[in-house]
Amino acid sequence: MYQTNYVKAASTDEAVGHMSSGGQLLAGGMTLIPTMKQRLASPETVVDLAGCGLSGIEDTGDAIRIGAMTRHVDVAESAVVQGAIPALAALAGGIGDRQVRNCGTIGGSVANNDPSACYPAAVLGLGGTVHTNKRDIAADDFFTGMFETALDEDEMITAVSFPKVAKAAYLKFPNPASRYAMVGVFVAAGGDGTRVAVTGAGSDGVFRHGGMESALDGDFSASALDGVAVDSSDLIGDIHAAPDYRAHLVREMAKRAVDAC
Amino acid sequence: MPEGSTKDGIGASVRRKEDKRFLTGSGRYTADISRHGQLHVHFIRSDHAHANIKSIKTDDAAKADGVVAIYTGEDVAADGIGGPICGWVVTNRDGSPTNEPPHPILANGTVRYVGDHVVAVIAETLQQARDAAELVEIDYEVLAPVVDLASASEGVQIHENVPNNMYFDFELGDEAAAEAALANASTLVELEVRNNRLIPNAIEPRAALAEYDPAEEAYTLFTTSQNPHLTRLVIGAFMLNIPESKLRIVAPDVGGGFGSKIYVYPEEAVCTWASKKLQRPIKWTADRTEAFLSDAHGRDHINKVKLALDENNRITGLRVDSLANIGAYLGAFSVVTPTILHTPLMSGCYKIPAIYTNIKGMATTTARVDAYRGAGRPEATYLLERVMDAAARQVGMDPAEFRRINFIPKDAFPYQTPVALQYDIGDYEAPLDKALEMIDYKGFEARRAEAAKRGKYRGIGLSSYIEACGIAPSAVAGALGSRVGLYESATVRVDPTGTINVMTGTHSHGQGHDTTFAQIVADKLGVDVGQVQIIHGDSDKTPFGMGSYGSRSLAVGGSAIAKAVDKVIDKAKIIAAHLMEAADSDVVFADGKFTVAGTDTEKGFGEIALAAYVPHNYPHDRLEPGLEETAFYDPLNFTYPSGTHIAEVEIDPATGVVQLVDWACCDDFGNLINPMIVEGQVHGGIAQGVGQALMENAAYDENGQLITASYMDYCMPRADDLPDFKVDYTVTACTHNDLGVKGCGEAGAIASPPALINAVIDALSPLGVTDMSMPASPEKVWRAINEAGKAQAAE
Repeated sequence: MYQTNYVKAASTDEAVGHMSSGGQLLAGGMTLIPTMKQRLASPETVVDLAGCGLSGIEDTGDAIRIGAMTRHVDVAESAVVQGAIPALAALAGGIGDRQVRNCGTIGGSVANNDPSACYPAAVLGLGGTVHTNKRDIAADDFFTGMFETALDEDEMITAVSFPKVAKAAYLKFPNPASRYAMVGVFVAAGGDGTRVAVTGAGSDGVFRHGGMESALDGDFSASALDGVAVDSSDLIGDIHAAPDYRAHLVREMAKRAVDAC
Repeated sequence: MPEGSTKDGIGASVRRKEDKRFLTGSGRYTADISRHGQLHVHFIRSDHAHANIKSIKTDDAAKADGVVAIYTGEDVAADGIGGPICGWVVTNRDGSPTNEPPHPILANGTVRYVGDHVVAVIAETLQQARDAAELVEIDYEVLAPVVDLASASEGVQIHENVPNNMYFDFELGDEAAAEAALANASTLVELEVRNNRLIPNAIEPRAALAEYDPAEEAYTLFTTSQNPHLTRLVIGAFMLNIPESKLRIVAPDVGGGFGSKIYVYPEEAVCTWASKKLQRPIKWTADRTEAFLSDAHGRDHINKVKLALDENNRITGLRVDSLANIGAYLGAFSVVTPTILHTPLMSGCYKIPAIYTNIKGMATTTARVDAYRGAGRPEATYLLERVMDAAARQVGMDPAEFRRINFIPKDAFPYQTPVALQYDIGDYEAPLDKALEMIDYKGFEARRAEAAKRGKYRGIGLSSYIEACGIAPSAVAGALGSRVGLYESATVRVDPTGTINVMTGTHSHGQGHDTTFAQIVADKLGVDVGQVQIIHGDSDKTPFGMGSYGSRSLAVGGSAIAKAVDKVIDKAKIIAAHLMEAADSDVVFADGKFTVAGTDTEKGFGEIALAAYVPHNYPHDRLEPGLEETAFYDPLNFTYPSGTHIAEVEIDPATGVVQLVDWACCDDFGNLINPMIVEGQVHGGIAQGVGQALMENAAYDENGQLITASYMDYCMPRADDLPDFKVDYTVTACTHNDLGVKGCGEAGAIASPPALINAVIDALSPLGVTDMSMPASPEKVWRAINEAGKAQAAE
């Protein structure tokens, strides 16, 4: 790790103030700290958000609002989340390992937009809203590419809201080595129709699959997905899974998610 | 399970004495040790697989904060420092010797793999050393890498004295006889298998801390070693020219080795060398990336196998032609592992009249490959147990029955194989039968049918293995090219109060020696295990020994301890006879007491110990005072553990995921000292084999970059990948050591990969699948299913 300065912000405003002078936000640190230890990141200042009062889970009626600094374990074990959107609690309970779930946060995961992270699939699959210090951003507008989001330079996530839906499920095929999602599919059926979000597979990060959504809108059953084509040309290929295998897994995980709904 | 003669003695599952310190975080590893004034070294490693070093510019780095010294290969050469040596060489087919290239501890002129050591940056803190390292400019002339094993001989030559990139070309057996058997075969079975490259991944990375005492002109090196005395010999005599008596090697608690810590590595030599140059202690601890890149890797063979059967499906001949990827340099056991520890195992548990095998050791621009848990024997077992299944399938026989009719019968021992080894004892049907019963082999087809109803392919696979361990008779090893002896040593020191210290030449890095060895002593002396302290890992404290590898610690090291204890008892009997005024021959020692036959006169062991150290009333005319004895034990033969492992798997055709659903094994390790520790060794070995068969694979890209250099991509087995193992034993006691023990440390890793792959192939055999390579990853299995489906559709 390179020399770095550490500050602990007491509020969102203070944290954003440090950002404008080059500060790097530190949420749970599950990505940033290992990256710094490997000398792949060298922020001059690390701004710890633990003191900003951004953790907590709230039922807002038609949605669940989760503070940015809420840890995965808190979402997984929350009776509110388990009752309203059980698929979201299950997703959080399946991220990483026990140590990661006890440190990692929803805001950190969503802001980082790792193409293999689980949370982006939930945000996009449920059609959630990302709240920042400046505005509310719809999920469909938020994820703009691998490790890329719509966040401005001086913008930080304060909370994420998830609408309560009729039914939803997330099925993950873990990378055998890292156990990140090699393919993860979040299927949600609500008032506005079915949403299918895929993580782990896309070269541009998390994406919705229109073909599967249409098929499920017509017939919400696993077999409705049998004939749906999954284009492998935009999918990731690596030593664990070539694009065609990932494409196959996308449909397979989607079918299993539908069955689990 | 054999019953022990005392509560804590041989045969008792005594809880591990060492676990208190391990489980409470009180272990003392090399990185836990610090010395006043120590400096830290960071190694700049090559990021090219193969390149000439045109220049190294260190000026800016040398001026950086805290930097004390920067060394390159030129400094090493100027001081006449040698490299790690190859500990065992072989004679080639044409009578020429093994080609041994130099292995400088810092690359001099050329780098030969990604991770090769180029520059040592030494600074007050590790942070400063790493910061300064970024200021060093190395100008490389990139050369063509040699990555692919099959075509390595056609690649650019990596070492000046290794033509065709071939270190050695070794053969064993009778080629004409094997060829005749193949030509006359009623059934000829042909198979090519790949034994995938593995990275050891000991939980503790390698580390070193060297200190020089100018007043004594003596060095102390704390290091992560499985064999401190050999490290002393190699660094002292072959690398740094330090008198052995002036070099102390301490290998304290070591967190796993699996073979990777047998060898001397450049880093520990650099630390030792620099500690004198700078007159400051030098510390180094590998990070995980360095471990992936520069620890010696394991396996990596291509084996072409031909098996001949007669009309009764009896094996008549075997030919194996292999390539072994040795990597960029030769390590201590790089040559012996794919030759002497591999080719003599080709007979397995089977009566095979004619065997011939040839193996070529190839240089590539990858990390060096050396002995890794099982070392040569897993590779032999894998090809043999795969071809056994292929043969059974080809002739339409049940694989268990096919093995059974080809086993060496239990009345045929000692059995001389056509490939050098003479098996002293064994009974291969007994563990096969037991394992078949444990897994309910007869009920398998019903389980397969039930799984099919759930849409799963279920398969079962066997592996009946033998291994040669407890390495080995020194005379035989010497005749076969070993440059060291392979005996073991022990000193048993009885204290005046009757407590006992055992100094062993073996080294425990997870095996539980503190407990197992104490049980041997406790059993023989009739004392509590708590009274016995096992001391290892310090060349100043222990007699010269060869360390731990090859499942040798108990069979060789334990036997040395038993012999030393016997000497103690012999001496104590004379003391007891004197004190009890009896003839030596009338004194009986049992249950910790010396008695005179036919009387009620007795002396406790502690009383005799006290008399030996307070020799007021003592047979001075016959004995020296004190009660301390040393024994060296050089075995007469290898030991031959054997057994059968059976895996049962279920495959999800939609994803290709192989789930390991059941495992039964029955091993013959001879007598067991601590069955709990043995079972732990079996579990760990199986887990490692499951890793190889289903998950682990060290992959280099075409440029020679290691693309599995972290746990993000290198897949290790985890607890939830494994079922509960059903473990049992049969016993044929080893005939040539006093304890009747054979060794258990490697068996699981040797036996398990073919059992698993055979199970995967069996599961997919209804689709027409006949081959599967390791690791049987989900993608690979999914493709095999798809291609089989396409083939079936085309028919």
